[in-house]
Amino acid sequence: MLEVDHVKIAFQSDKEEVTSVEEVSFAVNPGETLGIVGESGCGKSVTSLSIMGLLGKNGKVKKGQILFGDEELTKVSEQRLREIRGNEISMIFQEPMTSLNPVFTIGNQMIEGIKLHLKMKSKDAKDYAIEMLNKVGIPRASEIMKEYPHALSGGMRQRVMIAMALACKPKLLIADEPTTALDVTIQAQILQLMQNLQKGSKTAIILITHDLGVIAETADRVIVMYAGQVVEEADVFTLFKDPKHPYTQGLMASIPHLEYENEQRLVSIPGSVPGVKQMPKGCRFHTRCQYATERCQQEQPELEQIQEGHKVRCWLMEEAPLHPVLGKPKEELVT
Amino acid sequence: MVPYIIRRLFIAIPVLLGVTVVNFIIINMAPGNPVEMFVDPNTSQELINLRKEQLGLNDPLWVQFFHWLGNLFQGNLGYSFSTYEPVTKIILERVGPTFQLTILALIVGLLIAVPIGIISAVKQYSKLDYFATGTSFLGISIPHFFMGLGLIYIFAVQLQWLPAGGIATLGREDDFFDKVRHLILPVLVLATGIAGQYVRYVRASLLEVLGQDYLRTARAKGLKEIVITNKHALKNALIPIITIIGLEIPFLLGGAVITEQVFQWPGMGQLTIQSIMSRDYPTLMALNLLTAFMVLFANLFTDILYSFVDPRIKYK
Repeated sequence: MLEVDHVKIAFQSDKEEVTSVEEVSFAVNPGETLGIVGESGCGKSVTSLSIMGLLGKNGKVKKGQILFGDEELTKVSEQRLREIRGNEISMIFQEPMTSLNPVFTIGNQMIEGIKLHLKMKSKDAKDYAIEMLNKVGIPRASEIMKEYPHALSGGMRQRVMIAMALACKPKLLIADEPTTALDVTIQAQILQLMQNLQKGSKTAIILITHDLGVIAETADRVIVMYAGQVVEEADVFTLFKDPKHPYTQGLMASIPHLEYENEQRLVSIPGSVPGVKQMPKGCRFHTRCQYATERCQQEQPELEQIQEGHKVRCWLMEEAPLHPVLGKPKEELVT
Repeated sequence: MVPYIIRRLFIAIPVLLGVTVVNFIIINMAPGNPVEMFVDPNTSQELINLRKEQLGLNDPLWVQFFHWLGNLFQGNLGYSFSTYEPVTKIILERVGPTFQLTILALIVGLLIAVPIGIISAVKQYSKLDYFATGTSFLGISIPHFFMGLGLIYIFAVQLQWLPAGGIATLGREDDFFDKVRHLILPVLVLATGIAGQYVRYVRASLLEVLGQDYLRTARAKGLKEIVITNKHALKNALIPIITIIGLEIPFLLGGAVITEQVFQWPGMGQLTIQSIMSRDYPTLMALNLLTAFMVLFANLFTDILYSFVDPRIKYK
């Protein structure tokens, strides 16, 4: 249904053009949940905004295509994009506290989109909005319609955002870190809610997060992004059981475990994501990779399929797909 | 809300009292006195002393002040030292023309500034933006007296389209169009300065709002860009603008001193200049008291207006 194919996104800054995302490809099927994980600044949000056509005036898709159904989203008119946004593809954001306009009522903001896309009359749109709010578990929905966002808690606001996003029964919902700003119990409720609503409607979800726990709970398939590239793609079970890319392994190793001893230090990947202006030559992860070889510093690996549905961008796969050390973090790391 | 307003009004009383004390001292520190301002060189010293005694100017300062304050509490603002008319009557005559002039100028200024400010912010760093901000800078910088005289020279002297000053042609005081013709030039002068400032305020305020998350939400809904700017962004951007307007109102109502002088407009600004020149203490005190009162009132009014525009603000 959605196919992102070798997309390269660049932003125009004062003097130069900065490439933020390169060589990103993935597909989303109806009813499926695709998880996108990666550290901050690896291009997750930029990728999702490019699907919505919301990169702003400085951002542009330079190469590749984004196919939605049989439409090329990077080529369609602004007007057609507006018809798609909020209607066929909708989005919820990380910050429920700031994502709603503080000076308009919840009702006003809900009804706006419903009237626009479903061409309903005010009265019907209002009833439908209340119905949607009930669906996402908001108590006293008809009274909440008259409230302003500041009167609602973060979890409630995110529910409103979800109600708003799902009101027009989109084919695809992009959730950009929808639970990051919420506390853990509310997080679980929101994820549960999204899953329940998905079951009823066949909506595909792209779930962007840096929380592997969230991925494990909700995603069917996962892509791991690093420094603007997809480095590994697999179904959720394979990824957690048999991560191949050293970066993915590092992420897995850095999940805290209850059974660890108190004195044990949490594993972390040394260093940080390189800035867009200082992208290393060769494999972008080689500066932080404990297995890096000469080749990794010189040549950039491609995203290669190593098993059905499992793709990895790493030279080690070619040299030794069954590398003994790979698949498990080094023991001394966990000390 | 009502208890809040009442509390604010009570707080205003000591503030006003303090303002009058300071004003009274400053006015009396100015060299010269009212009698010296209207005597001619042949007047005898005895007459001057007699006049000063009559006006109570020989009393100690604090006696003069409490005399004035006592009268104020009885609703009497005193009599002008130069025209002997009641101050209340003089001011009431002047308030009307000033209101007409300044409020009209504020409205015209905002009507020009808001759309230009919006376009300027939306098309930031475009040629249009540079032109708008550049022109607005010119509007702020050009002195009122200079622009006023320039306009008088062009439209009144050379082209003879509009009158050079005054509020109405003698004998045609009830003619609406005559009034409008007299208003055009002074309003234009004042509105230019106001528009210049507010283009910048609106632009800056809107730019701040344009980066907010909720506008991304609005875009993600598929709304048109014009709806996003004029509905979602503008209402948020206007909140700080309201404060600025609120704080400016007392000064607008206090009279546009220079402009009224240039156009011989019989308003509060002109009255202020005249009473300073003639050391007309009672009129000056009343004008100062009125200005202080307006500042306090405008602040309160702004705060109340806030709660209507921004639902997050509630007063208890």
